[in-house]
Amino acid sequence: MSEVKFSKEHEWITLEGDVATIGITKHATEMLGDIVFAELPEKGSNVEKDGTAGVVESTKAASDVYTPVSGEVVDTNQAIVDDPSKINEDPEGSAWFFKLKMKDQSEMDSLMNKEEYDKFAKESAS
Amino acid sequence: MEIKKTSLNKLHQSNNAKFVEFAGYEMPIQYSKGIIEEHKFTRSHSGIFDVSHMGQLFIYGDESLTEELEKIFPLDLKNLKQNCSKYSFLMNEDAGIYDDLIITKIEEGYLIILNAACKDKDFEILSNLLGSKFKMNLDNNRSLIAIQGPKSVEILNSIINGVDQLNFMTGNWFDSDNQKLFVTRSGYTGEDGFEISISNDKAEKFVENLIEKGAQLIGLGARDTLRLEAGLCLYGHELDINKTPVEANLRWAISKSRLSNGGFIGSKKIMNQMQDGASQIRVGIKPEGRLIAREKTKIFDDTDKQIGEITSGTFGPSVNGPIAMGYVNKEFSKVDTKILLEVRGKKHPANVCALPFYKKNYVKGVN
Repeated sequence: MSEVKFSKEHEWITLEGDVATIGITKHATEMLGDIVFAELPEKGSNVEKDGTAGVVESTKAASDVYTPVSGEVVDTNQAIVDDPSKINEDPEGSAWFFKLKMKDQSEMDSLMNKEEYDKFAKESAS
Repeated sequence: MEIKKTSLNKLHQSNNAKFVEFAGYEMPIQYSKGIIEEHKFTRSHSGIFDVSHMGQLFIYGDESLTEELEKIFPLDLKNLKQNCSKYSFLMNEDAGIYDDLIITKIEEGYLIILNAACKDKDFEILSNLLGSKFKMNLDNNRSLIAIQGPKSVEILNSIINGVDQLNFMTGNWFDSDNQKLFVTRSGYTGEDGFEISISNDKAEKFVENLIEKGAQLIGLGARDTLRLEAGLCLYGHELDINKTPVEANLRWAISKSRLSNGGFIGSKKIMNQMQDGASQIRVGIKPEGRLIAREKTKIFDDTDKQIGEITSGTFGPSVNGPIAMGYVNKEFSKVDTKILLEVRGKKHPANVCALPFYKKNYVKGVN
């Protein structure tokens, strides 16, 4: 599996072959608070880099989930739809959102590595 | 304008509060445990809420004050006993609501608790209506602390002996730590609880004492989910200047004896609406599934006609599902009516339902 990369919209992404797994970061969940609703893209649909690909809602507000890369949705995580609190519990592990079959793997290049993201998250929070 | 802080601001900070600006005040939206845990703790134990941003308006006067206030509020104040509280409204001539409030008859006159965002305007309106005949004091030197939940009576009584003898919607002065506190048995969560008016310099120590006895600080986030589960209105959402108490389904708060003769501001409109019914009415709404319908969500019937709008919507932690309140056309206000909610461009099924979502635990009478 590839190194974990991060987007400015607080998604994380890993790549295995040409299939990317995408979720939201721990930092994002801390900003959102208790997540009580998740909506995911439809399997078989195509999503475009930086486009919306889902929604999460906390007790306070709704937020769009963006996809950091383009591709076809090949799998979605029904477990987080059934129990959205799992997203707070394990955001960067079992609570992934969706998997994409990537068209252009070079889209990964512009994303941040962990160190860059941690710095970005720290700066954007203050 | 500089943001205002309550006397508990430092205590909020040391308890890792996340702050938001609310009605010009820096207020805690939540602490480290988060809204859902804070909500559940209040339902099962005892939550402390800093509501010092709310207005505490003391108006001093005798029977002539009662007479003047009856020209303003739809209440039978002449028969209101000392230390008893009523929920009411400040209205305009069209019965539009400037503010909703709790008014308590005290020995020297009345104490009115006002919403933070409305209190200065309320003061101005009431000053104009009452003239200079009565002394009015919107007291900034007192904090207001609410303690809510089943363990609150035991905790508070261990600090202020005798509060356990108060009935729901009554209050009294108590002596504690060499000062006078005004305590009412009331609240905004659907739980048994109290609100304590205390001088600013004593507030922090008082709350630390409550925490020591097992109560926990709760933010405005959980206050909102608690009040929504209890089916209670929030000014600026369910209530505003374009809504009347009849439309808001709050006719229970209007004293029956005042309906025959009127004589309070807005009485004509209220009496008309009581007779003919209002065209729109506030209802409880339960979306199907887990969908959350927020404020301003449009409500439709099955023919694509818009029939209303959501005024508050969230996830109810104790109900364990989404809940909302909103206004619908009268013919759709019956419990179990099927409606549709437009969220992110799609229409989702929902049902009109009875309020509250969560059953109240008020103590009706202890004596």
